[in-house]
Amino acid sequence: MDKVNFHFEIDGENFTSAGEASVRIKKMLREMGFTPEIIRRVSVAMYEGEINMVIHANGGEADVNVFCDRIEIILADRGPGIPNIDLAMQEGYSTAPDNIRSLGFGAGMGLPNMKRYTDDMKIESEVGKGTTIVMTVNV
Amino acid sequence: MQIKKIAELLNAEILCGADRVDSVANSAFACDMMSDVLAFVRDQGVLLTGLCNPQVVRTAVMMDMKCIVFVRGKRPTEEVVRLADESGIVVMATEERMYASCGVLYANGLPGGEIANG
Repeated sequence: MDKVNFHFEIDGENFTSAGEASVRIKKMLREMGFTPEIIRRVSVAMYEGEINMVIHANGGEADVNVFCDRIEIILADRGPGIPNIDLAMQEGYSTAPDNIRSLGFGAGMGLPNMKRYTDDMKIESEVGKGTTIVMTVNV
Repeated sequence: MQIKKIAELLNAEILCGADRVDSVANSAFACDMMSDVLAFVRDQGVLLTGLCNPQVVRTAVMMDMKCIVFVRGKRPTEEVVRLADESGIVVMATEERMYASCGVLYANGLPGGEIANG
């Protein structure tokens, strides 16, 4: 097995459906026989990323590549970009509007959670162009 | 603590998963911020919350939780209940407020358990 790819279009218009891709990935990884811990780490990291894409970037694309030794999650959007990545990585820092907080997100925990649940996370972002995040969980 | 005991203590109405109320949860987490649930829950089986949208269910699914208790008389939509039922999660609703709900469950032996990333 070289790799197995799962691709998702993330709808940026609909907060209600945000997270559907992550739930599907969770089911697929379970069917593939990964341990509950690995499945939780991948699905939580992806879920936070999906929510971020809907809140900040009007959606985007998500790819999950399953290799024999690792699972890679690639989230790419054409949103406004992140001007200061170090600041965005701080727990509690958020630019989410109040209406998002009333929905249970925007506590400034998204990016820190994504980093916490993965073995590696790289962020490439350009203001006005978009953001691509690549996360890896070793299996 | 059996989930049916939680419903009894909180005088809660079970909205889905009545056939799964014999299962046991060893600890609980109470929060309205789903990002905090994602950050801090380790193996808590029960989520108490006053937030009432589909993201509550998806968050509980992510953390492999067994039961969601909606407090303060909050009633989830049928869509939210259906989503939880499909995921095997028991949903109940109580008129009790968050503080009182937690206090009753804690006093009856349902602890907070260890938190992740603590």
